[in-house]
Amino acid sequence: MEAFGLLLHGFAVLLTWKTLAVMMVGLVLGIFVGVLPGLGGPNGVAILLPLTFTMDPTSAIVMLSCIYWGALFGGAITSILFNIPGEAWSVATTFDGYPMAQQGQAAEALTAAFTSSFIGSLVAVLLITFLAPGIASFALQFGPPEFFAVYLLTFCSFVGLGREDKHKTVISMTLGLLLAGIGMDTVSGTLRMTFGWNELLRGINFLVAVIGLFGISEILLTMEERLALRGHTASISLRVVLKVWKDLPRYWVTLLRSSVIGCWLGITPGGAIAASFMGYNLAKRFSKDKDSFGKGRIEGVFAPETAAHASGTSALLPMLALGIPGSGTAAILLGGLMVWGLNPGPLLFVEHKDFVWGLIASMYLGNVVGLVLVLTTVPVFAAVLRVPFSAIAPMIVVSCAIGAYAIQNAMFDIWLMLAFGVVGYVFKKIGIPLAPFTLALVLGSRAEDAFRLAMIGAGGDLRVFWSNGLVGSITTLALILLVWPLFGPLFQRAKRLWRPVGGSPVA
Amino acid sequence: MATPETEIVVEDPTAPASDSPSVVSTRTVDIVVSLLLLALAALLCFDNWRTGIAWAPDGPQAGYFPFYLGLILAAASLYGLITALVTGAGAAQTFLTRDQFLRVMQVFIPTLLFCLLTQWLGLYVASFFLIAGFMRIIGRIALWKSMLTALLFAIIMFVTFDIAFDVIMPKGPLEAAFGY
Repeated sequence: MEAFGLLLHGFAVLLTWKTLAVMMVGLVLGIFVGVLPGLGGPNGVAILLPLTFTMDPTSAIVMLSCIYWGALFGGAITSILFNIPGEAWSVATTFDGYPMAQQGQAAEALTAAFTSSFIGSLVAVLLITFLAPGIASFALQFGPPEFFAVYLLTFCSFVGLGREDKHKTVISMTLGLLLAGIGMDTVSGTLRMTFGWNELLRGINFLVAVIGLFGISEILLTMEERLALRGHTASISLRVVLKVWKDLPRYWVTLLRSSVIGCWLGITPGGAIAASFMGYNLAKRFSKDKDSFGKGRIEGVFAPETAAHASGTSALLPMLALGIPGSGTAAILLGGLMVWGLNPGPLLFVEHKDFVWGLIASMYLGNVVGLVLVLTTVPVFAAVLRVPFSAIAPMIVVSCAIGAYAIQNAMFDIWLMLAFGVVGYVFKKIGIPLAPFTLALVLGSRAEDAFRLAMIGAGGDLRVFWSNGLVGSITTLALILLVWPLFGPLFQRAKRLWRPVGGSPVA
Repeated sequence: MATPETEIVVEDPTAPASDSPSVVSTRTVDIVVSLLLLALAALLCFDNWRTGIAWAPDGPQAGYFPFYLGLILAAASLYGLITALVTGAGAAQTFLTRDQFLRVMQVFIPTLLFCLLTQWLGLYVASFFLIAGFMRIIGRIALWKSMLTALLFAIIMFVTFDIAFDVIMPKGPLEAAFGY
C-alpha cells in the first residue's frame, strides 16, 4: 500500500491551479492534434515540447502527457464522424464507428469510444501505479551489463517481433544508432563522424529528427491524398451517455480482453496500432454474432479503442521504470525528460518522487478531465475539420520549424528537420519503419555507454554478459528473439506435421 | 436523415487523379535508397576506421561501435539491393504518380523557401509569407482572409513563444525596427 500513499502525495503535488490549467491546455491542444490531418501523437508532442522548456519538470510532463491523452481521444472523433482515422491506431475504430454514425448513432459511437478509451487507460494506469515502483526498485540493482542487456533486448525484440521486412528494421535501427553516435564520444571525448562540421559537434538532436520524420513527412504524405471529406457532426446529450454507460457491464469481457492485449503490447514494443487491430479481431472471433461486425456494432468500437488506449498508456511503464520507451511517443517524452535535466531510469523513483507520482496522478486526473472535455465539446472539434488544409498545412510547417529551432537555438536544426522530413517521407513509402529509428536515436548513446562501462569493469571480457543468472538470461533471450524469424518458419512446418491429415488450415 | 447543419463537407478540387501516370516505381526508389545507404555506410565506416576501431586496454576505442554498426547497415542495404534487383519486387508498384508529385512539390517548395527566408527575415516574417502565400496561391482563398490569418498566426506565435514562454526565435530587420 506504499504506492497508494505516494499516489495521494502525487495528487497533492498536482492539485494547484497552475497545474490544472496546464492540464486543460494540454488536453485541448492534444485533441486538436488528434483531429487535424497531418498531425499525430508523436509529432504533436515533439512540436509542442519547446513550450515546456521554461516550465518546471512536473508541469512540463503533465502538459505533454495530456497532449498525448488528448491526441488519443481526438483520433476517435474523425474516425467515427468522417471515416478518416486521425491516427493509425484509430483505423480499427472506423470499421464499426462510421457505420454507426451513418445510422444516426454518432453520439452513441462517440460515447462508446471515449468511455472505452478511458477504461483502457485506467487499467494501464493501475498497472503502472502498482508495477512500476517494484520494477524500478528491482532495476536499481542493475549495473552497466544488465542495462546493456535490457537495451539489447529492446533492439532485438524490434527486429524479431516487428512485422516489417527484417532487413528494413535493421537498416532503420542501425541508422538511428549511427546518427546517435555523431559528435563527441562521451566515454573518451574523441570526435567522430563530424567531418570537420562545427554544427555536428553537438550531435544530431533527437527531437529535431523526430519533428522532421513525423511532422514534415506527414504533411507531404497528407498532400498526396485526396483531401475531400464528408461527414456528420454530432453533439452528445447526457441521456445518450447514461444509456451507453448502463449497457457497459454487458461488454465486460470485451473490455477486459482488450485492456489486457493493450497493456501487453504497450509494454513490449508492439504498439497501439497492433493492439487496436488485435482487440477488434479477437472481439469478432469470440462473438456469437460475427457477421454483425463492420455494420455498426457498438462492441466493434469498444474493443479497438480500449486496446489502443491501454497500449498507449502502458507504453509509459518501461519508460518510467527502466528508461526504455515502449512507443514512439514515449520515446519523445523520454527526450523531454533529458531536456528538463532529469535522468530517465529507475533512479527517478528515488530522486524525483514528486515528478514521478505527479505524472502518475496526472494520468488518472487527465483521463477523467479528458473524458468530460471530449464528451461536452465534440461539435467544436468536429468543426475544426471545416478549416481548409491549405491553411493548416503551412501553420504546421511553421510550428515544426519553431519546435526544431527552439531546442538548441540553431538555424542548422531547421535545415536538418527539412532533410529528415524528406527521409521520413521516402522511408514511409518504401516501408522502412520509423519507430526503431526513433528508439535507436534516443537510446543509442546510453546503450553504448552501458556497453563500454561494462567492458571497462570486466577488463574487456565479453563473458560479463553471462556473468550472473539475471544478465545471462536477458542477453540469451535477446539473442533468441533476434534469430527467431529464422526459426519461426521451421516451427510452423513442424506443427503442420502434427496436424491431422485432411484438416483445413486455420487462418 | 442528416440535415445540412449536421453535415460537414469539404471539397478538394485539385485532388490528384487516380489514373495519373506513374513517375517512378517503388523498386527504383528502393534501389536508389539502398545505394545511398551503402554509400553512407562506407563513408561512416571509413571515418570510424580513421578514429580507431581497435580494442584499447580500457575497452573499445571511439570508432569501434559505429564501425561495426556501419558494417551491419551496409549488409542490410546490400541485402535490400540484391532482393530488389533479383526478384524485381515492387517493379509494378507506383511510388508516386505525376499528380501526386506535383502536390508534394506544392508543399515542399514553399517549405524550402520558408526555411531560406527565415535565415534573412527571421521566422515570424517568413511564416507570414508562407501562410499567406500558401493559402492564396495553393488554397485559392480570398487575399484578405489569407493575409489576416497569416498576420494573426504570426502575432500569436510571437506572443506565445518570444514573450510568454521566453523561447527565442530567429529574427530579422522587421523585429529589429520594433526594438526586439
